[in-house]
Amino acid sequence: MFKILAKEKLTENIYKMIIEAPKIARKRKAGQFVMIRPDERGERIPLTISDADPESGTITIVFQTVGYTTKQMGTLDVGEYLQDVAGPLGHPTHIENYGTVVSVGGGLGTALGRPITEALYKAGNHVIAIISARNKDLILMEDEMRSICHELKICTDDGSRGFRGFPTQVLQELIDSGRKIDLVVAVGPVPLMAAVSRLTKPYGIKTVVSLNPIMVDATGMCGACRVTVGGVTRFGCVEGPEFDGHQVDYDELMKRLKLYVPEEREMNERFERTHRVREVQEVKK
Amino acid sequence: MPERDARQRREDWGEVPLGYTSELAQAEAVRCLQCKNPLCVAGCPVGINIPAFIKLIAQGDFVGAAKKIKETNSLPAVCGRVCPQEDQCEKVCILTKKFTSVAIGNLERFAADYEREQGEVELPEVQPPTGYKVAVVGSGPAGLTAAGELVKMGHEVVIFEALHKPGGVLLYGIPEFRLPKDIVDSEVDYLKRLGVQIEVDTVIGKTETIDDLLEEGFDAVFVSVGAGLPLFMGIPGENLCGVYSANEYLTRVNLMKAYNPDYITPVLKKRRIAVVGGGNVAMDAARTALRMEGAEEVYILYRRSRDEMPARVEEIRHGEDEGLKFMLLTNPVRILGDENGWVKSIECIKMELGEPDASGRRRPVPMKGSAFILDVDCVIMALGTTPNPLVPMTTPGLKVTPRGTIVVDENTCQTTKEGVFAGGDIVTGAATVILAMGAGKNAAKAIDQYVRTKKVSVSA
Repeated sequence: MFKILAKEKLTENIYKMIIEAPKIARKRKAGQFVMIRPDERGERIPLTISDADPESGTITIVFQTVGYTTKQMGTLDVGEYLQDVAGPLGHPTHIENYGTVVSVGGGLGTALGRPITEALYKAGNHVIAIISARNKDLILMEDEMRSICHELKICTDDGSRGFRGFPTQVLQELIDSGRKIDLVVAVGPVPLMAAVSRLTKPYGIKTVVSLNPIMVDATGMCGACRVTVGGVTRFGCVEGPEFDGHQVDYDELMKRLKLYVPEEREMNERFERTHRVREVQEVKK
Repeated sequence: MPERDARQRREDWGEVPLGYTSELAQAEAVRCLQCKNPLCVAGCPVGINIPAFIKLIAQGDFVGAAKKIKETNSLPAVCGRVCPQEDQCEKVCILTKKFTSVAIGNLERFAADYEREQGEVELPEVQPPTGYKVAVVGSGPAGLTAAGELVKMGHEVVIFEALHKPGGVLLYGIPEFRLPKDIVDSEVDYLKRLGVQIEVDTVIGKTETIDDLLEEGFDAVFVSVGAGLPLFMGIPGENLCGVYSANEYLTRVNLMKAYNPDYITPVLKKRRIAVVGGGNVAMDAARTALRMEGAEEVYILYRRSRDEMPARVEEIRHGEDEGLKFMLLTNPVRILGDENGWVKSIECIKMELGEPDASGRRRPVPMKGSAFILDVDCVIMALGTTPNPLVPMTTPGLKVTPRGTIVVDENTCQTTKEGVFAGGDIVTGAATVILAMGAGKNAAKAIDQYVRTKKVSVSA
């Protein structure tokens, strides 16, 4: 059992949680994730380790309430427990001093890519961070990001904050301005990572993406998370989650992410149903 | 042994063989000739005193029989069910010269079930604490057996398990209808009552390394992490939606209980399912698929003939009775999908048997012009598994073979790294439950000697 020590609502549907997990906190490196199973009947879901403090023995996760399990986690309070947290899993990010690095984060991806950006910053890179969201209220971790980069660029789809448009347009402007870019890291929805990779490929700029395939055990024993990279099948959980963005079959990944759409919808409806019943009962009390 | 009707049992997840009544067990037990020089004992990888426990059953002392088995085998309810007895103890039973063998597996199962159903199982004597600490990595049959033996010797034993529940393949692999999960749970509980500690959610190689464990004060480590990495064929279309490894399919259904609507993990419920392979895992996956809602046809695609199938005869018969369609001498060449990336059919070729290969089995050779297409909406690959590299990769000084198995001294299970022992599928490659248990038992003896003397000379 893993105790929830803090919980914060970052936006309408994104939560930050600090969990007591000393062994994971001690070992984790940027780019790694944990598998969480909230309770006995729960499923196992992968969540990126957004931060960790080996001193206090805690890890931080950030998640968006999109389906049964994340919504269920959203209802848990400080002092309550998660049944299972296993990790740190996956390959850590390869960190070195590349020169100039652009980190592109979209939506929740900003929080998930944060530790990678931080590690690259600490390794002496000149870091340009582009953070993006649909509107100004959904911009995540602006202050945290500002403290781990040299240049911060913000963009929103509706122009309510910063540049109006997509982060790829900001990246394109950077390239057009003649800046020398040695590495691009993109974390966010698959279409964003695909678009960033498409953009950088003709320029030959090395691009790393952090993939989010469906996982079950995440120790390499099932292949649920398999992705095609450079024409070869790779297991995302042990060989990833980071891969060369120019080699990934995004179309296949998108299709495989839709594997359980009807089942997930059914579970989501079940959550809404049971949760509403619980709320009504609480009001009655 | 009495079995449930095939049509009825494919509608649920209950066990297929019903087990002996006391009368049936005693009637079977008296068939044993009580050989002075029993061949059956030599046929058992852990050397159970078979005539002695069978005699106790014949005399009506069922609990005594269970205790007798447990002197050498800590998981009799499991072994009685899943051991391939026809290749082990029962194969060499002297009665087979003229009649059928004594049903040793069924009797073992009966005694263990009887004892468990009596209520709380009495604990055997545990030696006084030695002060030595042993870490066991992985809680499958090898790890559970080693832990049970070591704790009885008085050592402090901690099992580290990567998943959220202990049991390894007994839990995630073998289905409920072949090995009920409450039996696995009660065998694990028995070990806990003996004093074994179990830490789940701990991925050795990630959460901690073997070197961390040695530094933390463990005097020895037993690595029993199995051979859990699934193989795929490498044919086109294998990453289409609807293609599973048997490991994933069985893990979703068995460990995550996806067949039970009260649990959250989903699994695809399809109409026409092809299972590729001919081993026990293929049978388990196919019979599981048959029981899922919406299943109409389940095919076994196997490239050799029935005689070469590695699955147990009993399991093949059970599958056949339940309606599995066997397409033998058939090999898939590609999987075809629709525009949304879902499986719609599988293209296969027919095979014929040629000369024997290195395994001694006749090599399947493709027949020219025999390609055909089978309409299916789900494909499960049960081609076997390879050793998990996580521990070898993160443990300096641990030598592995080119196949990825850990190199050990055959008798002592000692690896090339001081204080580290290994056994089960991580050493042999994918094998049987009982062989893993045998390795766990041998390793326990050697580990006991090692922690006491820092030397190993045990011969098993």
